[in-house]
Amino acid sequence: MGAHAIKTIEDVGRGATGVLEYAGGLAMLSVESAAFIASLRVRLKETFEQAYFLGIQSTVIVLLTSTLTGMIVSFEAAQNAVSYGISNVVGGAVTFTTSRELGPMLSAVVVAGRAGAAIAAELGSMVVTEQIEALESLGLSPIRMLVVPRLVAMIVMMPVLTILADIVAIVGGGYLAHTLAGIPYDTFTESIRNYGSFSDFWKGLIKAAVFGALIVLVGCYQGLSTRGGAAGVGRSTTGAVVLAIILIFVTNFMMSLILFR
Amino acid sequence: MNFARIEGVTLRFGDKIVLQDCTLDVKARAITCLIGLSGAGKSTILRLLNGLRTPDSGRVIVKSTDLATLKQRDLVKFRQKVGFSFQFAALFDSLTVGENVALPLRENTKMSDAEITKVVHATLESVGLENAVEQMPSELSGGMLKRVGFARAVVNNPELVLYDEPTTGLDPIITHVLTDTIKRLRRQLNGTAVVVSHDLDSIFVMADYVAMLFEGAIIEYGTVEEVRRSANPIVQQFLQGSEVGPIPL
Ligand SMILES: Nc1ncnc2c1ncn2[C@@H]1O[C@H](COP(=O)(O)OP(=O)(O)OP(=O)(O)O)[C@@H](O)[C@H]1O
Ligand SMILES: [Mg+2]
Repeated sequence: MGAHAIKTIEDVGRGATGVLEYAGGLAMLSVESAAFIASLRVRLKETFEQAYFLGIQSTVIVLLTSTLTGMIVSFEAAQNAVSYGISNVVGGAVTFTTSRELGPMLSAVVVAGRAGAAIAAELGSMVVTEQIEALESLGLSPIRMLVVPRLVAMIVMMPVLTILADIVAIVGGGYLAHTLAGIPYDTFTESIRNYGSFSDFWKGLIKAAVFGALIVLVGCYQGLSTRGGAAGVGRSTTGAVVLAIILIFVTNFMMSLILFR
Repeated sequence: MNFARIEGVTLRFGDKIVLQDCTLDVKARAITCLIGLSGAGKSTILRLLNGLRTPDSGRVIVKSTDLATLKQRDLVKFRQKVGFSFQFAALFDSLTVGENVALPLRENTKMSDAEITKVVHATLESVGLENAVEQMPSELSGGMLKRVGFARAVVNNPELVLYDEPTTGLDPIITHVLTDTIKRLRRQLNGTAVVVSHDLDSIFVMADYVAMLFEGAIIEYGTVEEVRRSANPIVQQFLQGSEVGPIPL
């Protein structure tokens, strides 16, 4: 075997070890956080602050992306449906895709970009300025003080954001189907009633809660494992967003297979 | 009697060996000053003493307990009784000065808010910052940050206080005040302190014992007088701040 091949194998080996190590670290963080939550040692003040900062302050951007996407999906479906003479399915189709996939996914991706980055950057700079060590030196757990409030906040807020996203996407969809494709509001709502399902809706919210947890755990893990100054914080932050988005897509794929089969 | 002991500790960062078979006694109810070149591993030794770092080999013993044998929960309890004044202050930048200093009391004691406010005020007063309670760390100068970090480390009267360069970068007056405060607190609380410092004048004023760290080990240890009279040329060169001598630049 050539030296090149050996080096490649070594690189792959190191990469695989790195991935396992990362997954292990992430799992440890999840377990420790869950233990604090299970024993009800959640700091309420910080949790509300984070719910406001990570959740409420993401509302506008979530509403914007969901409205636009809901409208355009509805518009395109409506155009085709009208030409096939099946305008009565448009409302149902929009509701179906939104509540199962688009609502939770889009909101999560947008929030990953905003909240995931914010979390990784904040915790990362706390690492490089020794604030994490300072917490530990006071006998305080960074997981309890920093991770758990964010985690609880997002597990609650992500479904709330998704409910809003679902609503504006469907309402916006109905509006565009009416104004641009001439589908009457009555037909649209009738279709929602006929084809939409409540279980799709709450299963979408379960997804949202899981995505919320993912975003926080990845952001916190990236932040807490930051090494090396401002450049390190930059790397952690980018990594947090990229990884959270990838995990959201993968998890969504698996959860859809499980929930909607 | 020893309050703590670092025993045959070796510690690496990657390939770099920072401490090699290092042994240091920290005498109870005394101030031990740790001196040494920049990058010698002084801050690392302080972190060993409160379990923020674990040695690759060797033991760190505090009050007859090997820190490595402590369960996570006991380590947490232990740290609550050890104050750490960080080299770069390490204040929580989302909290005000007052909240920073109050944190150890708020989290680890059952004191009432009124009591906490009183103690925080008094502690900040002792470092000349009683007017900064409401300010955010980002509004303070480097020296002020350092004094707040100092206040946070001592506010709950810990039995062991680790000071990492408490007076570096401070003006002569406040340096004098802090040096006095370290001595006074040690006496009042009947506690133990380890001070890392480059400020030889302050060291000679406050130290009961001086230890010099060089190339991973303690090469000189004794009272101020003993260390001053050391026959070791490395120690002499260091104390005189001379560029000629055995220490490679
Ligand atoms: N987290 C870390 N990762 C890698 N190397 C480290 C780390 N912390 C310290 N070191 C290395 O260990 C050595 C000792 O560092 P330490 O901070 O203990 O020195 P010091 O004696 O406190 O120096 P100074 O007087 O400049 O504060 C240095 O060479 C430093 O590069
Ligand atoms: Mg140092």
